[in-house]
This record gives sequence, C-alpha cells and structure tokens, in this order.
Amino acid sequence: MAEKEYDDIPGTYVFDADRSRQGYWLNQFCISLGKEANRQAFRDDPEAHMAKFKMTEEQKQAVRDRDWNRLLELGGNIYYTSKLGAFDGIVFQDLAAMMSGMSRDDYRAMMVAGGRSPDGNRYKSEWEKK
Amino acid sequence: MAKITAGIACSHVPAIGVAMDQHITEQPYWVPVFEGFEFSREWNKKNKPDVVFLVYNDHCTVFDASCIPTFALGCAAEFAPADEGWGARPVPVVKNHQELASHIAQSLILDEFDMTIMNEMEVDHGLTVPLSVMFGDKTPEDDWGTLVIPLAVNVVQYPAPTANRCYALGQAIKRAVESWPEDINVHIYGTGGMSHQLQAQRAGLINATWDQQFMDILVNEPEKARKISHLEFLRETGSEGIEMVMWLVMRGALEEKVTEVHRHYHVPASNTAVGHLILENHA
Ligand SMILES: [Fe+2]
Repeated sequence: MAEKEYDDIPGTYVFDADRSRQGYWLNQFCISLGKEANRQAFRDDPEAHMAKFKMTEEQKQAVRDRDWNRLLELGGNIYYTSKLGAFDGIVFQDLAAMMSGMSRDDYRAMMVAGGRSPDGNRYKSEWEKK
Repeated sequence: MAKITAGIACSHVPAIGVAMDQHITEQPYWVPVFEGFEFSREWNKKNKPDVVFLVYNDHCTVFDASCIPTFALGCAAEFAPADEGWGARPVPVVKNHQELASHIAQSLILDEFDMTIMNEMEVDHGLTVPLSVMFGDKTPEDDWGTLVIPLAVNVVQYPAPTANRCYALGQAIKRAVESWPEDINVHIYGTGGMSHQLQAQRAGLINATWDQQFMDILVNEPEKARKISHLEFLRETGSEGIEMVMWLVMRGALEEKVTEVHRHYHVPASNTAVGHLILENHA
C-alpha cells in the first residue's frame, strides 16, 4: 500500500478503499449480526456461521479472540465490528475503553472530564516519545 | 415559492435517542445535554417547518459494505426507523414530501450533482435523533409534525465528499427548493459530529477548541469552512469527526449572512462532543 497522508495519525485506522477491500467479508459477517436470525445462527454454531463469509483465517481468529483492535487492523470498520460487540452485549463506550487499553471506569472518567486531549495525540512521533 | 428559512446543525449521538426512549433525561449526566435543547424546541414550535431537508449518515445499518453511495436522496413515500441491533427506536415513521423530493433529485442531477435515488429505505439514529432533539418526545402512533426529505451522505468509507463539495451541494439544494412553486417553509439540518473518535487506541478524542472555532467560521466565514481538509478533520477532531462535512451542506443552502439564534455545546454524550446551532436566514 502506498504511503498516505493520514498514516501519521496515531492509534487510528482510517477506513479507506484498501481497508474496505481487505475487510469486506469480515464487515459483511459483522453486519449480518444486525438480524436476529443470523445472531441465532452464530450463537448455535459460530464456526458454521463464519464459514458463510469468505474471511481469512486471521480474521476468523480475531473474531474468536474478540481482539477488537486486530479486527480493525485486518480491515474491519468500527461501525461493523461494534455489531459483534453488541452481540456480546458490550455497549459502545465499553468497546471504546477496551480498544484504547483503558479500564471502563477510567475511560468514562476521561470522557466526563472532557475526553482525550488532542495535545500529544496528533502525530505518531508524539506517541513514540512516550 | 418554497423557501429555506433556517438551518440547524445537530450531533446525532445514538445515546441521546436512547436517553429519551428510556426516559432518563433527568439524570445528572443528561441534564446539561438536554437543557441546551429546551430553547430549540420552543423555537421550533414558533418557526414550524412544513418540510425538513435532513442531511445525515447511515451507520452501516441500512447500507452495508456492498453499496456505498456518496449522496443518496430519499424519494420514498415514507421511511421506517431501522432495527440497529436492539430493535427499532419507538418513534414515528418518517413521512416524505415525495413530489418535492423528486423535484430536488431532478434539479440536482441537472445541476450536475449525480445523486443516488432511494425509493425504499429505512433510517437509523442519524436521522431520528435530530428530529427527537427538535420535536421532542414522540411515540410510534404520533406524527413527527413535519415532512422530511432525507439525504444520506457516505462518511464511513474514506473519502467522504469534501467540505467544499458538500457546501456546493447545499447551494444547489437552495436553488432546487427555491424553484418549487408551493409556498412552504423548509428547514435544512446538517447532522453528526462534533469531535469524536470511536475506534482504536485514540478512541475518546475530543477537541473542544477546534469545535467552537469550527462553529464560528461555519456561521460567519463559510468560505473558510468549506476549505477544511479531510486530514484536518481526521487529525484534529477524530476519525468520526469527519461527519462534520454534513454541516457544510446545511450552511451552503443558507444565505451568505445568517443570524445565529442558538448555540449549544457540551462534552460528553457517550464518546462524543455534542454541538448544536440554529441559524436563521436574513432574506
Ligand atoms: Fe454519526
């Protein structure tokens, strides 16, 4: 993949055409969970339901592991992967906490206090110094 | 002649809809969010629109990855609230002004904006939350109290349409509405935003300073606002802050000079900064 102007933003996966192509079946699998019949199928036999979508083995493993950041790295988009989160009964804010490596309480407290500051969080180079 | 008399900017955080649907708006967490909407609801009663042209985005509820229209105009007779994984919101079905929607579709395409036309579509929180903000509590048996023409904008797969393109589309929507002979009052909504990032290690980013400056220039110096790059939105306001391009569609449909009659800004609602403006046209 060519270098992109937004690649230097830390802790962020910009869902562009390359990611969309890579994550297509993963995302289609996730969105299938928006329908109760599919949720039931996934509950009954996770492997059989996943097999209906042409996901890579890595993507399937990230689903099994509920590795939320890995799912994004493999082309998942948050609006899709959050449907898998909802399937597990995880509310959006708690999913965000997990992805950012914070406890649920610490993340909530950060949001109530005004959120994550942009200062120090604009460039990857700022994170590397830490 | 139909006339756009006001523009409304409004975040469409799903949790705002959930708070209303679960009747928990009196909880301390939510009080400051809803206080800022009290003026808006009174203002809305006094300035009741016949039609709301509502610019929003779908959050992979109705549109999946198989088809990603940049601008999709709702031309169906009505739009049911969609099931987003927890059952549909208990709010009214959205009714269209179908003749006006078709007229706008034709006018925009001849004006060289290549719209996708949706003759069947459900709508998610992106559309229903701003209506709840402005029109208050409604049950599925009620009427929203306005007709609604939805315009769904892709802001999920990069690149969303540019701020500049959205502004120009707004200008074309103004021309389309003003060429409709019926004497009706139209409001235009630009929804989504403000700063927020829902994904990965940087989740929770909020940039209140940037958000306030954005509202200032959107109102008073729209020629500056339309030049904001995608990179700036992504870096400064979080990956989902890019939704703010939809505010540019609204602003483009208004006069150059507008009166800001209301502003509300609060952090947080869930993961997001809530921003809201009511702008009246001078002319
Ligand atoms: Fe949104």
